[in-house]
Amino acid sequence: MSAFRNPFDPEIRLHRGGCACGRHHSQAEHDAAEVLEQRQMQDRVVEGAVMRALFPQDAVRRRFLKAVGGSTAMAAVAGLFPLAAAKEAFAQGGGALEKTKLKVGFIPITCATPIIMAHPLGFYAKYGLDVEVVKTAGWAVIRDKALSKEYDAAHMLSPMPLAISTGTGSSPIPWTAPAVENINGQAITLSMKHKDKRDPKDWKGFKFAVPFDYSMHNYLLRYYLAEHGIDPDRDVQIRSVPPPEMVANLRAGNIDGFLAPDPVNQRAVYDGVGFIHLLSKEIWDGHPCCVFSASKEFVTTMPNTYQALLKGILDATAYARKAENRKEIAAAIAPANYLNQPVTVVEQVLTGTFADGLGKVVRDPNRIDFDPFPYDAFAVWILTQMKRWGQIKGDIDYAGVAREVFLATDAVKLMKEVGLEPPAASKAIEIMGKPFDPGRPDDYVNSFAIRRS
Amino acid sequence: MDERKRWRAPLLSLIFLLLFLGVWQVATQPDAATAVAADDEYAALLGAAAAGGGQSAMPTPAEVGAKLWEHLSDPFYDRGTNDKGIGIQLAHSIARVLLGFGLAALVAIPLGFVIGMSPLVYRALDPFIQILKPISPLAWMPLALYTIKDSGISAIFVIFICSLWPMLVNTAFGVSSVRRDWLNVARTLEVSRLRTAFQVILPAAAPTIMTGMRISIGIAWLVIVAAEMLVGGTGIGYFVWNEWNNLSIANIISAILFIGLIGMLLDTTLARLARAVTYKE
Repeated sequence: MSAFRNPFDPEIRLHRGGCACGRHHSQAEHDAAEVLEQRQMQDRVVEGAVMRALFPQDAVRRRFLKAVGGSTAMAAVAGLFPLAAAKEAFAQGGGALEKTKLKVGFIPITCATPIIMAHPLGFYAKYGLDVEVVKTAGWAVIRDKALSKEYDAAHMLSPMPLAISTGTGSSPIPWTAPAVENINGQAITLSMKHKDKRDPKDWKGFKFAVPFDYSMHNYLLRYYLAEHGIDPDRDVQIRSVPPPEMVANLRAGNIDGFLAPDPVNQRAVYDGVGFIHLLSKEIWDGHPCCVFSASKEFVTTMPNTYQALLKGILDATAYARKAENRKEIAAAIAPANYLNQPVTVVEQVLTGTFADGLGKVVRDPNRIDFDPFPYDAFAVWILTQMKRWGQIKGDIDYAGVAREVFLATDAVKLMKEVGLEPPAASKAIEIMGKPFDPGRPDDYVNSFAIRRS
Repeated sequence: MDERKRWRAPLLSLIFLLLFLGVWQVATQPDAATAVAADDEYAALLGAAAAGGGQSAMPTPAEVGAKLWEHLSDPFYDRGTNDKGIGIQLAHSIARVLLGFGLAALVAIPLGFVIGMSPLVYRALDPFIQILKPISPLAWMPLALYTIKDSGISAIFVIFICSLWPMLVNTAFGVSSVRRDWLNVARTLEVSRLRTAFQVILPAAAPTIMTGMRISIGIAWLVIVAAEMLVGGTGIGYFVWNEWNNLSIANIISAILFIGLIGMLLDTTLARLARAVTYKE
């Protein structure tokens, strides 16, 4: 039962397939209908305002309506006054949208929460957009579909826009990451058979999985291992495995553990296959993970649509940030249309009250958090790690690439427009007790004992 | 006596099925609760099996049956872009297969005809065919996505490319091995080349061509599931992937069953067609 439904109503529908009022197939449809109603109400307001302006006296308006009939009157007024355009303009409050039907791709993980929830909870519709959120099979596919313009925008791992822009692993295409979706929210999960090996020094020979080579997961796992003296290339194996296959592989014993996005970690616990060794926030509290991304071309050729879309995401992110909304969001994004997971798994991830797999209930409300601000320093740190592990060869203009890809300036402007307080432009970063100075990236790379460059 | 014999095979099939279900049931019998979890709050956060200290197990036949019924009773629901009924998913897959297969037939049969009728072209194209034929159709996928830039068309292209070769090779073989006597008779009667092709060679080679088509559609149906798992969006392959995501083995088993049924349907249809064009010499 959602936190926002009347808890004293004995008739409330509990089944996942239905909605609160019982007239729709799912909560998502129910919410969509509600948004439509809101939109209709908005339209009514506009129509009312126009009619009142044309006929200031109620009696005159009535006589006119009685004489010609309601629908004729509406048509006549629409002929004199562009009603449709007025309604649109009212809904957007800005320049006209270049395109209202958009496709946004996502991977079914809780990192995509703002992108996904904006659909059932109506944050896209609020800005006049009809967005179709499309579940995608993997990072390489989401990249290819975004590159081929099948998607207008997509959920990506934060290093991916940097990799695409610098041409690492694909031909260089200017790409942008105007908003970070989530911070924290990842974890290291180990197989049940290793429940006594909690010290990373005992992990030599382990096989680990990460979702993608260009992912925060890869860099955080490598960082964590290296800080404990384990060389991530020589002492262990790290391979890239799509998140849904991770639990199956862990059960089959093909891998010993993974650093993965949720709900994969919680799902491993739910199925009794693994336990949560460490939340990623214990490595770097406040690290970015996934981003909302779009091509530079989309940003420049459709500025109004891009801004409306980004406003929807920023708004959704702000909503997701509030702890009291998390249960409602979990119920909205768990169904088969989105994450396709048991609600309790998603709820444990989002609320931070979860079973660790070893018999304890952990309460950590910051397990995952949502902060849209794309700090340049995040991009610089990612670039230093790409350099550290040999994914980027040669010299690189850290600050330049960061500025081009992580659009902090746009975020500041749009956050103000939707009534959010943008944070200070810089942020102190400390990873496992070691501070990071984005002003001196080369020194930072050279300060590590274990590195490939 | 005959009447009784006819029932033997189906009866045996039924016994095999029951035996299989029985073994399955015994193998997946949930253990009586072994260990009890620490406390109720913790147990509530876990799946049923994990709460008892074990791992979630294979579903029992009854669970799969319930899922099957669920799918069959509402096969065409549409709850948004990423959640459609199994009937809609199957329809998408079948449409893709038929489209890719149809296009391949349009290319392979005329081309096979030309190759079969001219030994020179046959020898010239042979090395290409031999190299391209054994390539796994899925290996084309990244290339297709990169060049075509549309995942839907890429999936159809993969079907096209995998169903092309058996039809091409079989058509060429069928055409080239039409009995010389028949061609000679046609020539003696001064039948035009076009008429020979359509009225002598085509009927003569038809059974071989149909065999090629039957092999092709079988391969196409095998490949579509894998292709859709890669590309996603719609189709039975996407359904399997989506349920894998949810680790719902019962749903996956249901999907496997449907895939098998449709594959059998496609195969028998073409077998019927093949029987229609066979002839006795």
